[in-house]
Amino acid sequence: MTAAPDKAFSVGTVSARSKLIAAILVTAYALVAVIPLVWILATGFKSPPDSISYPPKVLFQPTLEGYVNLFTSRTRQTPEYIKSLGPPKTWYDELARKRNMVISGPSRFKDRYLNSVIIGFGSTFLAVFLGTLAAYGFSRFKVPLKDDLLFFILSTRMMPPIAVAIPIFLMYREIGLSDTALGMILLYTAVNVSLSVWLLKGFVDEIPKEYEEAALVDGYSRLQAFVKTVLPQMRSGIAATSIFCLIFAWNEYAFALLLTSGQAQTAPPFIPTIIGEGGLDWPAVGAGTTLFLLPIVIFTVLLRNQLLRGITFGAVRK
Amino acid sequence: MSRVVLNNVTRNFGAIEAVKDLSMTINDGEFVVLLGPTGAGKTTTLRLIAGLEKPDRGTVEIAGTDVTAMAPTRRDVAFVFQQYSLYPHYTVFDNMAFPLRAPGRNLTPEQIKKRVHEIAELLRIESKLENRATQLSGGEMQRVSIGRALVRQPEIFLMDEPLSSLDAKLREDLRVELKRIQRELNATILYVTHDQLEAMTMADRIGVLSSGKLVQLDEPRKVYETPSNIYAAMRLGSPQINILDASSLKDTDLPANTHSVGVRPEDIVLGSANGTLAKVLTVEHLGVETVILMESEGRNIRAMLGGDAPLAEGDETSFAIREGSAICFDRQGEIIS
Repeated sequence: MTAAPDKAFSVGTVSARSKLIAAILVTAYALVAVIPLVWILATGFKSPPDSISYPPKVLFQPTLEGYVNLFTSRTRQTPEYIKSLGPPKTWYDELARKRNMVISGPSRFKDRYLNSVIIGFGSTFLAVFLGTLAAYGFSRFKVPLKDDLLFFILSTRMMPPIAVAIPIFLMYREIGLSDTALGMILLYTAVNVSLSVWLLKGFVDEIPKEYEEAALVDGYSRLQAFVKTVLPQMRSGIAATSIFCLIFAWNEYAFALLLTSGQAQTAPPFIPTIIGEGGLDWPAVGAGTTLFLLPIVIFTVLLRNQLLRGITFGAVRK
Repeated sequence: MSRVVLNNVTRNFGAIEAVKDLSMTINDGEFVVLLGPTGAGKTTTLRLIAGLEKPDRGTVEIAGTDVTAMAPTRRDVAFVFQQYSLYPHYTVFDNMAFPLRAPGRNLTPEQIKKRVHEIAELLRIESKLENRATQLSGGEMQRVSIGRALVRQPEIFLMDEPLSSLDAKLREDLRVELKRIQRELNATILYVTHDQLEAMTMADRIGVLSSGKLVQLDEPRKVYETPSNIYAAMRLGSPQINILDASSLKDTDLPANTHSVGVRPEDIVLGSANGTLAKVLTVEHLGVETVILMESEGRNIRAMLGGDAPLAEGDETSFAIREGSAICFDRQGEIIS
């Protein structure tokens, strides 16, 4: 028999060299992933000349011009006319006038952004709410044709949105849902429900049914048992599912472009139109994109503890 | 507390008959243990009484009322599950108070607090009340689980192998405690186990189940001494009873239709003058007693002797059956009385 090695091979201990390699790889990946985000953030605070200068500027004088341009619509005027207006009343008037512009009113960005918030969160809430109940039903009760139904629900997710966009556009026009927030909420809910049913069913399956049976025997109704015993244990699953649904609804572009125009347009189809208004206003695009990213970041950070548990849920039984 | 009666209850799962035409009565204040191997229908019987399963045929009566069609919520029974099933998002106190907070019980917070503390004291988990359920050891979790049933005063307690997931020492402690608590509260308990020691020590009556059928329901001593058939005889006693062919025995005063004979290991006498020859295979010294496994005419025989049995592996010896101790079974394996 040979002498035992100093250190046993263990899955728990990692050598210093492996750690270094891992650190380098993670850092490299983080750089690749983070640089575009940093660039967008920076562009939002650049002046228009800085944003298109070559070679690109890494250090620059930050300005809020991009944000002003994003939230306002402006008209170009002669310097003589601008002088005749007297001193600028606000700091954003001043910024605009430096470029021979006069602010003529607010832009539509605020409305579009609000549409995104209403449609994104509204459809996420509905999809997760319906998904939770459906997942519980599929997990606990004898549903006729259960497997076929589950497959059918999943199959709605298989085709690209563009394939159904035209029929939906025609139907929506007939029933008056075209270009309405309600129409978009219903559509995104329908798309997300499949994801949420499947994800959540996995979570419900992991919760032993003895919990509810104990509650039933103890004098609670089925619904009370569900609310008191199952729902609290589904928290991480619900959080993870909500984030996935919100990300889809928030970023969705194809349906939004085709089905909304004046009233219910969301931010994704709107932001590119900034490029068309008065040349390539990259700082405004950067500003719009930065603001657009924020809700998802905040939502994810708020739910991150739940999310981490949610993603690893079911992998190892405690 | 009150009587629970099962009348000809049958429950099938697809092609499997989990419970077959089961009739039994559990009397007020009685501790009945259902004994049987996995798949004998013990848990299904409990679930039928609790209303978690609906019988295909037959009726269930609790306190004189037919509850067959009644939802579990309204049956007023308490269930202790094999897995602790404590709510991980609650503290121990909240777990134990959970049944008391059910709608329709209308207890004040003070009443709930008082009751939970009483039971926690009884189960010696008072110091753990503020802990989260997940911070407890296995034994503590099972106590809380039992406590959650005890806080109520239901018609009957249904316990599904509550001690099976605990280590031997804890199991013994809790077994004694559970019996003490049952006496103290004069509780009616239907307890399911496959552990014959638990059945023997705790039960007022033991019900032996075999693939969904009740084979025998009697006091532990009666089941042990006069098992109704070979199956029931095999369920109790450790080491297991010896089943011998009647034809291989020299004993002649057996009833005429005796097909096989059951002999408890403690009723085997070794070294008798006109006994059957046997070879010792193994000797297990268990302290107070010694278990000897012998081979005779191609069959194994277990004998239990005192702690100082002077036998070793490979020894030749002879054995006989203590007079009057043989339990005679007919061709179908039923006892001949």
